[in-house]
Amino acid sequence: MSKALAVKLRLKQPSVIPGFGLTLGYTLTYLSLIVLLPLAVLLIRASEAGLSGILAAATEPRVAAALWVSFGISLLAALVASLFGLLVAWVLTRYDFPGRDLVGAMVDLPIALPTAVAGIALAALYAPNGWIGGPLERLGITVTYTPLGIFVALVFIGLPFTVRTVEPLIAEIDRDQEEVSATLGASRVKTLWSVMLPPLLPAMLTGFALAFARAVGEYGSVIFIAGNLPYVSEIAPLLIVIKLSEFDYTGAIVIATIMLAISFLALLAINLVQAWSRRRFGDV
Amino acid sequence: MSDVSVSRVGPSLRRSGSGWRSVTTEPRAVRWIAIACAIAFLAVFLVLPLTVVFAEAFRRGVGAYWAAFQEPDAQAAIQLTLTVAAIAVPLNLIFGVAAAWAIAKFEFRGKSLLITLIDLPFSISPVVSGLVYLLLFGAQGLWGTWLMEHGIKIAFALPGIVVATIFVTFPFVARELIPLMQEQGTADEEAALTLGASGFRIFRTVTLPNIKWGLLYGVLLCNARAMGEFGAVSVISGHIRGLTNTIPLHVEILYNEYNFVAAFAVASLLAGLALVTLAAKTLLEWRYGHVLASRTPH
Amino acid sequence: MNGPSGDTRTALRTWKVSAWLKRGLLGLTGVAVLFLADGAWAQTHLLNVSYDPTRELYREINQAFSHVWKKLTGETVTVRASHGGSGAQARTVIDGIDADVVTLGIPSDIDAIARLTNKIPADWRAKLPNNSLPYTSTVVFLVRKGNPKGIKDWDDLAKPGIRIITPNPKTSAGGRWNFLAAWGYAQAKEGGTAEKAREFVSAVYKNVPVLDTGARGSTVTFAQRGLGDVLPTWENEAFLVLDEFGKDKFDIVVPSVSILAEPPVALVEGNVSKKGTRKVAEAYLEFLYSNQAQAIFAKHRYRPLKPEAAKPEDLALLPHLKLFMIESIEPDWDKIQKNNFENGGLFDQISKR
Repeated sequence: MSKALAVKLRLKQPSVIPGFGLTLGYTLTYLSLIVLLPLAVLLIRASEAGLSGILAAATEPRVAAALWVSFGISLLAALVASLFGLLVAWVLTRYDFPGRDLVGAMVDLPIALPTAVAGIALAALYAPNGWIGGPLERLGITVTYTPLGIFVALVFIGLPFTVRTVEPLIAEIDRDQEEVSATLGASRVKTLWSVMLPPLLPAMLTGFALAFARAVGEYGSVIFIAGNLPYVSEIAPLLIVIKLSEFDYTGAIVIATIMLAISFLALLAINLVQAWSRRRFGDV
Repeated sequence: MSDVSVSRVGPSLRRSGSGWRSVTTEPRAVRWIAIACAIAFLAVFLVLPLTVVFAEAFRRGVGAYWAAFQEPDAQAAIQLTLTVAAIAVPLNLIFGVAAAWAIAKFEFRGKSLLITLIDLPFSISPVVSGLVYLLLFGAQGLWGTWLMEHGIKIAFALPGIVVATIFVTFPFVARELIPLMQEQGTADEEAALTLGASGFRIFRTVTLPNIKWGLLYGVLLCNARAMGEFGAVSVISGHIRGLTNTIPLHVEILYNEYNFVAAFAVASLLAGLALVTLAAKTLLEWRYGHVLASRTPH
Repeated sequence: MNGPSGDTRTALRTWKVSAWLKRGLLGLTGVAVLFLADGAWAQTHLLNVSYDPTRELYREINQAFSHVWKKLTGETVTVRASHGGSGAQARTVIDGIDADVVTLGIPSDIDAIARLTNKIPADWRAKLPNNSLPYTSTVVFLVRKGNPKGIKDWDDLAKPGIRIITPNPKTSAGGRWNFLAAWGYAQAKEGGTAEKAREFVSAVYKNVPVLDTGARGSTVTFAQRGLGDVLPTWENEAFLVLDEFGKDKFDIVVPSVSILAEPPVALVEGNVSKKGTRKVAEAYLEFLYSNQAQAIFAKHRYRPLKPEAAKPEDLALLPHLKLFMIESIEPDWDKIQKNNFENGGLFDQISKR
């Protein structure tokens, strides 16, 4: 991805390889039909509501609360997923231990496991009578049907992104720099902190943004474990479904548009971070 | 004919975990604590949810497990899901190959914008994906009246479920192939061209052998997502039993009918698919790591 | 590194990828065509779009109707059903699902279809006997075995510390009946006023930790996940929980008075005309009033319109309690819907925290 983005807008270079018109034409047609046209319809329908209509629907307390729940918990979950993602990626690339390949393979599970399956599994696991929920309940911690449940589901969703973005970079860390740092008398902690962490930061930010974007929009795994209580544990995607059930199309469209804007912003942020890191650290 | 194909040996897998000098690693105790933390975290967040699916599915024994699949509604759901994937995955496969060819082999204006747009469905909420198609094909939607007048059913029927699935799994094959084909450059194809091969033949005999494992993984992932899609399909399916319920929707229905064993049994089918996908990926990486690009995740 | 050996690499090169790909694609297309061409359309299909707790009920009704129709006309008819929160289900009809009949949880959801599409006439309630209600139901309380919180009547729901599981009234008909039952109870009781009713409902919903989108979701939350002290729910749903989870785990508490819940049925005129299924769809709705169907309603713990058709032992299980009609307090359904459940209505006001 980074390489692709490194390619500055350039005029088409002449190329001897055939098929440019065919493949690009097909790509653009398919993209327009499947993605752009439907999204354009969404935006047109949103604009029909008028700016005042959009503002009114967006600032409705319940909508604002749902967006806040989605954003707040997604940010927290992406943060936690980033930290553990760094740890897991570090352990997987740097240390050798029995079963490492198996552990490495498991990291992608949340991508391959359907969200509804993840939802009922997490709900069964963290319910007051579940394997993890039981012991936690005795400690006075309720996970299911609270914002904590949403958090658990979103960490699950975000983990592969945060691991997989930093993993190749840890593998590419220049060993010489580490050695130089150690030879110059820096402690291991200092070497980790000031020599090795900075080049990882852009990748961590990218992973964070990916996990966040995914978490904000997540539906299947959350609805089974969240309490779905307005103002407390109701997420924005669920509110879209509820607005539809209430025949409030404008409300649903406005929330969807806001979420679409968030998706764009997250992608934009990822591109900016990568552009910045290329300037700062070269092509990573 | 494979004469014109040029085999490339890519960079080797970075899989050496031992053998650093002590200055560039942490004390043994720190290492083991870190490993223990990572494994504990993964166990709680990944392994246990997966285990619980199978544990709940087999709680009443193998008989109850199999009974879940004898239900006509379950069989209809499995059939529908296979149909949807059989249409959606090949379409996204063709798109992925075309997009990767255009993006990886040529330089043109607006390329990064195009890549961002291809990535877009990946970060859009599944519910929004379902909603946009409802706005197009629903009775209150843009084309709803016209479709109704001509008796064409898209929303709450197979076509609606298929397009929603295509949208959600749109980037998977393309995202797998683009970095891979970029890394491999155009030298092989140019060489084949000088030997007089036609465009499609170059693709078949030069490019495809180079990317087939990446392609296979992209297809597997795309397939797992297609079969497991819930949010988008839920909005546009209409939940008609035996007609528009896919496997994940059937799981939700069983779950809501107190039929937990059957819900988890049917869910275990998808969990099994996820495991197969992961196993295939690991196998591919382990065996052909040099022809799978170091990738950003999906 | 575990790279492929020289032999494997040669094998890779000579591997006929294109043939593999072609065969794979052909196979997939074949499968798709097979499924599409499946003779699923050879016979008559009816689609009944229903609400959440009627899954078990309509499975039996639909089979019974198919038998009757086959005997009567020799035609094979398959009735398919779709279930979900009543509001969500009405939305799918509005968005164009080709339902032949709707059997929803509350009249206002069918009103919404009539208002937003022209597929159901505005006077739909007059088209079938008893205001288009082949059966009725009510709201009772399901509590944990032995009723540890001592919940006896509606007043107990407003007490602090009681956790109530009820579905979202905006999407669920059951949720709306629960809301209206609490509201009507407070309004109709001695000294009740609109203001007091509002305070009472507000206190009740302060005790709700989870709002599912449908009645069935709430039941799962309460019964399977063990959350909450009381589940005010459809009478039939409460009995179903006793059957499914065991009578040793839950008790049904019958309040002193409750609401007469009215889940109506209607023909989706616009769809049956287009599909040419009017005759069989009308017969299906009439069948709901037949003795056979009435007995099935009672068997599933709904209150049949014709009790004489039901088995006495089924009827004996249904508790006797005073039922009030919400129309006796507010006759205008549009107002009920608007004042309580639409944006900015009573439910929105009280759920702000």
